[in-house]
Amino acid sequence: MYGNLSVIDAQPNMPSEEEDPKLLAEFEAKIDRGEKIEPHDWMPREYRRQLIRMIEQHAHSEIIGALPEGTWITRAPGFKRKMALMAKVQDEVGHGQLLYSAAETLGKSREAMINDLVSGKSKYSNVFNYPALTWADTAVIAWLIDAGAIVNQVANSKGSYGPYCRALERICQEESFHLKYGYDNVVTLATGTGTQRAMVQEALNRWWPPIMHFHGPPDTVSVHTEKLVRWKVKMATNDEMRQEFLDGYVPKIWDLGLTVPDPNLHKNPETGLWEFTEPDWEEFKRVINGDGPCNKERLAVRRMAEEEGRWVREALKRPSQKYVAPLA
Amino acid sequence: MTINSLDPRITRAEIPVDNESTWTPLPDMDQHETYEVFHQEKRGDQPTHVGALHAPNPEMALVFAKEQYARRSRCVSIWVVRTRDIHTIGVEDSDVFETTPAKDYREARGYRVGGKLTEFKRRRAASNE
Repeated sequence: MYGNLSVIDAQPNMPSEEEDPKLLAEFEAKIDRGEKIEPHDWMPREYRRQLIRMIEQHAHSEIIGALPEGTWITRAPGFKRKMALMAKVQDEVGHGQLLYSAAETLGKSREAMINDLVSGKSKYSNVFNYPALTWADTAVIAWLIDAGAIVNQVANSKGSYGPYCRALERICQEESFHLKYGYDNVVTLATGTGTQRAMVQEALNRWWPPIMHFHGPPDTVSVHTEKLVRWKVKMATNDEMRQEFLDGYVPKIWDLGLTVPDPNLHKNPETGLWEFTEPDWEEFKRVINGDGPCNKERLAVRRMAEEEGRWVREALKRPSQKYVAPLA
Repeated sequence: MTINSLDPRITRAEIPVDNESTWTPLPDMDQHETYEVFHQEKRGDQPTHVGALHAPNPEMALVFAKEQYARRSRCVSIWVVRTRDIHTIGVEDSDVFETTPAKDYREARGYRVGGKLTEFKRRRAASNE
């Protein structure tokens, strides 16, 4: 699960003018013909940099995303739900592994990526800086956050970088289980007792603002989209993805008799577009930059896991080991 | 001070709030060597490359490969091989596979006898008249 492709990118764009024009033209022609770019092909530095940033953030999001839901494994209501939640959390970590491998093909080592995650240098999806306060929160996350992520991942799986597309195809297959599992949990609560209904409604109210943040700032303020669209790094704009998500899921939410905590949310019959109250983008920026309810805990847990696992990795090390990047 | 979390497991782990100050960055090779993974979805299929992983030895690579690439989807066999033991001609050099139309004598489409045969039959029919 993942979103916010255009989170904070502190580095300036690298201008394409500095690239060899002949190689750049061949590269762009390949993309225009719908061919995939593979790891050892020539590529503009900016393409490489943006892809590393994007895939790495996606990988971190999978790893950190396992934490808010993992919280509820020990307290899942019933054995079957406990097993299902464990399987889902395991999937998220597996997705992180696939994505780290894809990013490595572009030349950044896994150790460097993990170091950048725990030092706060590279980001992950902002939604995971919020807590899952009740069991119903995990249901809303598994249904709606994963739904938002699928919109994003299906779009990106048709992008131009081969290893990323292949990883995303595998991920999307597995995410379809998450979506069904999450929906099942939400339906169970929404069709249950008054207390259960109230619980899921409250969770939805809590998660609505992060859900609206999920696909990133509106296109009007989102930077450097144009070139990334041309290079098929970004396959849909933030607004397009948000619209697709709202189109698919708001009717299903209403269908359950639940409400969305935004009185202005409606589909304009003339434009066919959803209109809504702009979420608080200042909060979004503040939380991404470290000041959310769970940022510190998420990174502290990650550091603890790396530190306490170190002796095992150390014990297994062999002097003959030599790193090479994955092939494809 | 340790982290007091919503998650009782995290609270019990007594993680220092400021463990950032004691963190030493991961050294290179902390994640071990790279292996490539191949699987067969069902008997009779060609083994297919599915991705890569990091492992300290082939035995562990197989354990990880099973978790990583055969956890949800169908699979009847898995191979792993160290990435550095694979020799390739990559897509960046794919022009070496190009061939000239003059070499179509090596392909089925280089052989067309229909015209000759039709002509032969026509001549034979004419001489029999």
